[in-house]
Formats: sequence, C-alpha cells, structure tokens
Amino acid sequence: MFGLQKKDTTLLLVVAALALFAPFLLNPFPEGSAMAQFNAGYPDLMQRFVIFGIFAVGFNILFGLTGYLSFGHAAFLGVGSYSAVWMFKLLGYNVIPGIILSVIVAGLFSVVIGYVSLRRSGIYFSILTLAFAQMSYNMAYSVLGNPTSNFNLTNGETGLQVYTSDPQILASAGAPDLPHLFGLTMRSSYQLELGSWLFTFNAGYYLCAVLLLVSFYVAIRIFRSPFGLMLRAVKSNQQRMNYTGLNTRPYTLAAFVISGMYAGLAGGLLSTMDPLAGAERMQWTASGEVVLMTILGGAGTLIGPVLGAGFIKYFENIFSKINEGVLHAWFGFLPDGLENGVIWVVEHFVGPGWHLTLGLLFMLVVTFLPGGLVEGGQKIAALLSRRKSKDTDNRATQSTPAE
Amino acid sequence: MGILEVKNVNKRFGGLQALGDVNLSVAENTVHAIIGPNGAGKSTLLNCLVGKLIPDTGSVMFDGQSVLGRSPYEINQMGISRVFQTPEIFGDLTVMENMMIPCFAKRDGAFELNALNSVGNQKDIIERAEHMLEDMNMADKRHMHAASMSRGDKRRLEIGMCLSQEPRLLLLDEPTAGMARADTNNTIDLLKQIKQERDITIAIIEHDMHVVFSLAERITVLAQGTPLVEDTPDKIKGHPKVREAYLGESA
Repeated sequence: MFGLQKKDTTLLLVVAALALFAPFLLNPFPEGSAMAQFNAGYPDLMQRFVIFGIFAVGFNILFGLTGYLSFGHAAFLGVGSYSAVWMFKLLGYNVIPGIILSVIVAGLFSVVIGYVSLRRSGIYFSILTLAFAQMSYNMAYSVLGNPTSNFNLTNGETGLQVYTSDPQILASAGAPDLPHLFGLTMRSSYQLELGSWLFTFNAGYYLCAVLLLVSFYVAIRIFRSPFGLMLRAVKSNQQRMNYTGLNTRPYTLAAFVISGMYAGLAGGLLSTMDPLAGAERMQWTASGEVVLMTILGGAGTLIGPVLGAGFIKYFENIFSKINEGVLHAWFGFLPDGLENGVIWVVEHFVGPGWHLTLGLLFMLVVTFLPGGLVEGGQKIAALLSRRKSKDTDNRATQSTPAE
Repeated sequence: MGILEVKNVNKRFGGLQALGDVNLSVAENTVHAIIGPNGAGKSTLLNCLVGKLIPDTGSVMFDGQSVLGRSPYEINQMGISRVFQTPEIFGDLTVMENMMIPCFAKRDGAFELNALNSVGNQKDIIERAEHMLEDMNMADKRHMHAASMSRGDKRRLEIGMCLSQEPRLLLLDEPTAGMARADTNNTIDLLKQIKQERDITIAIIEHDMHVVFSLAERITVLAQGTPLVEDTPDKIKGHPKVREAYLGESA
C-alpha cells in the first residue's frame, strides 16, 4: 500500500492509529483521580508530542542515516517559527502560508549552514553546526530583534507576535483573530465526557498529527530509496564511496537540507499552535534535546525518534508538574520523619529536578540499550516469543534489527 | 600509447623526494605490476593516479585525458577502479547492498536524488548486482552483514564491486597483504579468471613475488621513488639491478 512494503505499511498504520486515538490513549485515568496528573491527553501537550516527533523524524534522516551529528538543528526550528509568525503578520491568520514558508525558509537556511558545515565531518561538523545555531540565536535575540530599529526581524526578547497594527492583507473581515485553517481555529476543541473520563479533540492537534503522518510517510520512502541507501553508505564508508564514483557532498547536503526542512515544519507548527516565536527556541539546549530524543528512541530506526520525542516531552511536562504538595499526598501514609526523608530524596527527581530523572534514564538507555527504546522493544518481543515456543528461539535472537 | 601514461611525475613531502621523475606506461589489456622495496614510492604513485595526491610536477593521462586535479569520484567515473590494501567495503550494509551501490554509481553518476523510489523497484540494478554476486561466487552470502565476512571474502566482494562498474583500469594495492596462503591463491585465481573473461587492464602493486610472477605480463621496479627497470617477468627475475634494490649491494 502507498508504494510501501508490507512491514512499513503496518508501521505507518500503527503510527496513524496512535496519532488518531491519542486523545484516548493518553488519558487512561479518570478525571479527579490521584493518577489524573499522569494524563497527557490535553491539547497543548499532544501538540508538542507530534511537533517534536516531526522534528526528530527529520533529524534522524541526517543523524540516523548519515551519522552526521548536528548540534544546531534548533536554528531551523526557530527560523521556521519566525517565518510562520511573519506570515500571520503580513498575510493573515490562515496557517497554510505560514507552514509553507517555514519549510521553505528553513530549507534555504539549511543550504547555507549545511554547505559550510559539511566541509568537515565528525566532531568538527558538530561544532560548526553548534556555532551556527548559537550565532542564529544571538542574532535573533539581539542584533535582528531591536524593536526601535527599522529592521526588526525577531522582536528580540519579547518574541515575535502579531499586533493589531499589522497589515494582514489577506485576512477577510470575519476571520478569527487566531491561527486558523479556513476558519477552523487551532484552539477549537471538542470535549467528550464518558463517565468520569474527559477526552479532548483539538483541531490544532489533528492538523499536526496529519502532518506528522505525512512526514513519517516521506521518511519511510526516503529510508527505502536508493538515496537512503547512499546515505547509509556515507555513514559506513566514505572512502569507498568516493572511490566508487560517488560524490558524498551533495548526498550529505541533501540529507541536511531535508532534515532542516522537517525542523522548519516543526517550528512553523509551534507558531501555528501559539503565534509567538521567541529566540530561546534556537538555543543549544533545544538542539541538544532533539539529539536526546533521537538517541533515546533509537537512531537510524523509523519509529525511534517519534517514541523518543514522546518520551522526553512526557517527562518534561508530567514529571515537572509533581511538586512537594503532590509528594506529601503520595507519601502521607508514612510516619512523619520517614515521610520527610523520602520526600527530600524524591523531590530532587521531580518538579524542577526532572532533568535529573531524564539524565539517569538516558544513561541507562545508552548503556544497556544502545539501540534506544526500539531495541528495548525488540528485546522484550524476542523474550516473549522465546517463552511462547522454544524452537523459534534461534530465529528470534538472530533477527536483524527491524525498524 | 598505453591506456595509462605517467610522465615525469615528481612528488616531494617536505625534504623527502617520494617520487622522482617517474615515467610509466601501462598498455591496454595487460597486467602490469609495480614492485619495489618498502618506501619505494609505490603507494604514493598509486595515490597520484586516483586523485588522492596531486604530483608536484608531471602529468598523468588516462585514455588521453589528464586525471590531475580531479577528485577520486571523478577519476572513478572516468573508468579507474581501485582496490585497497585493507578491503574497503560498506561494513554496515549487507553484501547485496554493497554490490548495488557501485551499480547505482554506474547507472546514475556521482549524484542522483532518487529519494522516493524504492530500492526494491530498481529491477535493473538488482539484476546486475545479483549477476555480479554469482560471478564472484557469493550469491549465498547476499544477506550477510559485509563486516562479518572473512578477509578473503571481503576482498572478493571489493573486487566484485569494482568490476560491476566495468572499469577500464583496475588498480590493486597489495591485494593479498596479510592473507593466508590459501586466500592468496584464491585471489590469484580470481584475478586470472577476471583477466581471461574481460577486456580489462590491471595495474597491481604488490610485495609478494609469488603473486607478481603468477599474474604480471609487465613489471616495473621502483626504488627510492624512481623506476629502475621495466620488463617482462622472466627478464626481471634475474636482473642484477633488481637484486641490488631488494637485497642491497653486497648480495
């Protein structure tokens, strides 16, 4: 189906089902119960899951296939965000031009950065991309964002946003004053109450989810194409490639630009969900985050980056919400002295300390599952099938890593 | 006029004259060996032929065109394939994928953004790669991870990858270095077979005299960056200058 092999079609359908039913799947606990804070099925977070999923899927085309580790992909995310807000300012709140422009501008931007950075490989490439991203960040933060100058591209630390004085030349009289798709605002939601469960279906989320599926589909096609094979060859042995009559430069540049465009799309969608673009989106921590997502999920696999993005965003939003009050409610059954002791330990790992938990998890995954969560899943699957029948034992352990 | 003409090539690394006035002519459809003791400049010469190094002076012509200043991939597209001392293959990929890559390079050139077609639909490439694997007696290994093969098989695969491009000149850099005797003999047989079946010129750099004398039709002896003699194997065997270069004057 769709020109894919059976295995890939299944994978695409699984991702489609997950994306479609996410409002149910992420809200397993009833409202008001003690576990409700682990629900992730609210629009804001679900949007982040899929947007960063797109970002990581694109990043994986560069890092997973060619092995070139870019530490500057947040620059393209930021550029995409600014482009989309500019379209809102100039043309109006319809999201289509904003999304298209964010992809184009990020693509052009990545041609320039990629052309220079790809002259080096390995750690020097990483450092070059990091330097470019930090330059972009600082430019956006100060040089190009001085509100008093005539050339105020980014509006500095306030962040770029839409003002009533903006032209919005394509905006029709009755159009909503928010990002919308032909009148359907991104914030509009439909809430479904089933018993004590509350499920929210948000227009913005479903727009992002559709684009994630398109992005994922394109990524599968790239992975299975001769171009994808060449990218894996770049990772494996550039020397042999050069002596086989293949010019590695345009291959790596194309991969870089494609992944930059994915990042631009993700950035554009961030602005579409909330039309305010700030320079902090370009900071190196944001670049590092997508590296973590890809490695945590499984670099070079198809589904890995999506899992990694979901995993990290879940932790960021759920663990960071757990505060002392919540902990007291959890550990209230313990004797007082012990309760305070336990809380003192645990609170370092939650709330603002969620990075510590993430860091530990990351170390565990990298140490024991170098293939990321995908490898973990495969190991579990292998273990289960071994239990089922001992005679298929060999096949399960020898199976090649599937995506 | 040979297919490969090297004229007055000089290459200096700092104070070391690696190549001094090297002249070499490789005739079409022959096996030409370049031998010489360690440090004779054999590898430097080879690197000048494939675009890795640029000579300080002199010219290198392949089939009437200069190769100087061209990148390795451009020189390969002109029709020169190179086999490395340690087999250079795509270790992370399967044997079949290894074989398909040069087929793509032959069909599509140095770069082709073929990003939405499935590899599985490239019937001509698959057919060609499978045919080549059969020629190399490796069809049963097609799904194997290339890195997990023995050194002899890696060498065989590398030679097969080069041949699948139908090069006019095949350069071999010590193809049997570090191989067991059996693997060495297999490689010699493979190269003999290749020579018999195809119109191909082979230039081989080798240490192992057994390999050289079983294969070569012409031999150039290089010593201290300069060609000493060029002749047929029989003449080279008893040549006093060659003995001197290899064994020192007293011998």
